[in-house]
Amino acid sequence: MIEFRSVSKRFDDGTLAVDDFSLVMPSRQTTVLVGSSGSGKTTLLRMINRMVDATSGELEIDGENVSTIEPVQLRRRIGYVMQNSGLLPHRRVIDNIATVPRLNGVPKKQAHERALELMDTVGLDRDMAERYPSQLSGGQQQRVGVARGLAVDPNILLMDEPFGAVDPIVRADLQQELLRLQRELDKTVVFVTHDIDEAFLLGDQVVILEKGGRIAQKGTPAEILAHPASDFVASFIGADRGKRALSIQTIDGAQVLVDGDGNLAGRLVEAGPA
Amino acid sequence: MTWVLNNLGLIIELTLVHIRLSILPIMLGFVIAIPLGWVAYRYRLTRGLILTLVGLLYTIPSLALFVILPPLLGIGFLSEANVLIALTIYAVAIMARSVAEALQSVDPDVRQAATAVGYSSWSRFWTVDFPLAGPVLLAGLRVVAVSTVSLLTVGIVVGVQSLGYLFTNGFQRGIVEEVLAGVVMTVIVALLFDGALVLLGRALMPWTRAARALPASPPRVAMA
Ligand SMILES: Nc1ncnc2c1ncn2[C@@H]1O[C@H](COP(=O)(O)OP(=O)(O)O)[C@@H](O)[C@H]1O
Ligand SMILES: [Mg+2]
Repeated sequence: MIEFRSVSKRFDDGTLAVDDFSLVMPSRQTTVLVGSSGSGKTTLLRMINRMVDATSGELEIDGENVSTIEPVQLRRRIGYVMQNSGLLPHRRVIDNIATVPRLNGVPKKQAHERALELMDTVGLDRDMAERYPSQLSGGQQQRVGVARGLAVDPNILLMDEPFGAVDPIVRADLQQELLRLQRELDKTVVFVTHDIDEAFLLGDQVVILEKGGRIAQKGTPAEILAHPASDFVASFIGADRGKRALSIQTIDGAQVLVDGDGNLAGRLVEAGPA
Repeated sequence: MTWVLNNLGLIIELTLVHIRLSILPIMLGFVIAIPLGWVAYRYRLTRGLILTLVGLLYTIPSLALFVILPPLLGIGFLSEANVLIALTIYAVAIMARSVAEALQSVDPDVRQAATAVGYSSWSRFWTVDFPLAGPVLLAGLRVVAVSTVSLLTVGIVVGVQSLGYLFTNGFQRGIVEEVLAGVVMTVIVALLFDGALVLLGRALMPWTRAARALPASPPRVAMA
């Protein structure tokens, strides 16, 4: 469990990136931080592995205050996946995946064996092990990034818009892959995105942020969709328009659903339990 | 050609001496430039100051340096050390800026990622920043090598043997062929160093060629 208690971050130039943020991120669940650019998502994520140190407030991982943990050691037990894969361009795929175990002193042979297994886990062909990152497609690079994040079998996986730079089809693929992985591996995932669809798809808990990391609403996707807490949230999730604003029309006694753009979304089969 | 054929032994000997004397200043200059360039890269405020001061060193005429150094360092005018130290100073003057620029050229995202996965700053510098700065470092080193090989010939005026001997000797005795032989051999030695550095770069930085090999260029369509 990751707990933020009244955490604030003011950068040296005076920017208040995070203002009095409190949140519990339950273990073995995916918490998605979603908000527009500049709302403080990356800063919040980086406070967890001490890439950024909070100016005030407390941040605990399983009851242990992160400020008491040596940053380099802390980072080696937390997986981190970022947007442009962040792979080391001068290391082959297999060495990129084995990076952190090697830093921790695991013998090369053993680290490489584990890296090959992880390539299977994230759906990468083992043939790619000897390639350099520049010889992979964007989607493959992100898979390597995820494999590297999992290499030390961390309890916590931090993901900062990991699928933001790949095309929509590959992104959908990677999202499904992450859902599958999460069912198998049961990590505490903190996932940052500005894409509300991605947030609703992946999140057990979704946290909608406004500027300064202020929480506009948090809850399950269903809770947020059912009861947007404010006009800001309603507008952010698109509750009032497009494919989320479904209305029922009756045609020859049967009920069909039409979305906000007037497109046919489906047919009402049976009303669910109230 | 007769002079060359008759003095082949001398030319080869001077060439070997020239190569031997060039290696040390190039390597020392590189090693000394690393911390200087790092400080200039790391601390923005010192950057202009360090790079300007170091750059100014290069504007000191070599002959002046050969004369100033011995009393300063307590070494003989005619010692090899005099010339080697002077050439090292020039190498540092070129290389410090290259090191700063090379470190600057490393993708900040990669640096951040390395920190995020748990590199300490020391190991990150040597295993991530430094190798990734390699291509720009290599470019700087190639300039240093050529400059050193060429400047070394001036050492002859304070009596340190090198291919420069063929210049002064040929000039005094009016043998054009000897002077030309000196020029040609100096160029060849410079090219040898350059070639060796390029090969070394390829061996040490295989990923740079992989990167170039990848982008599957779209089939070229011949335009009428
Ligand atoms: N190192 C920094 N120094 C100063 N300001 C920063 C720094 N990093 C981020 N900020 C500022 O903090 C705010 C939040 O940034 P960030 O956490 O990156 O947002 P997000 O990831 O949601 O786009 C922005 O206004 C940004 O400009
Ligand atoms: Mg961000």
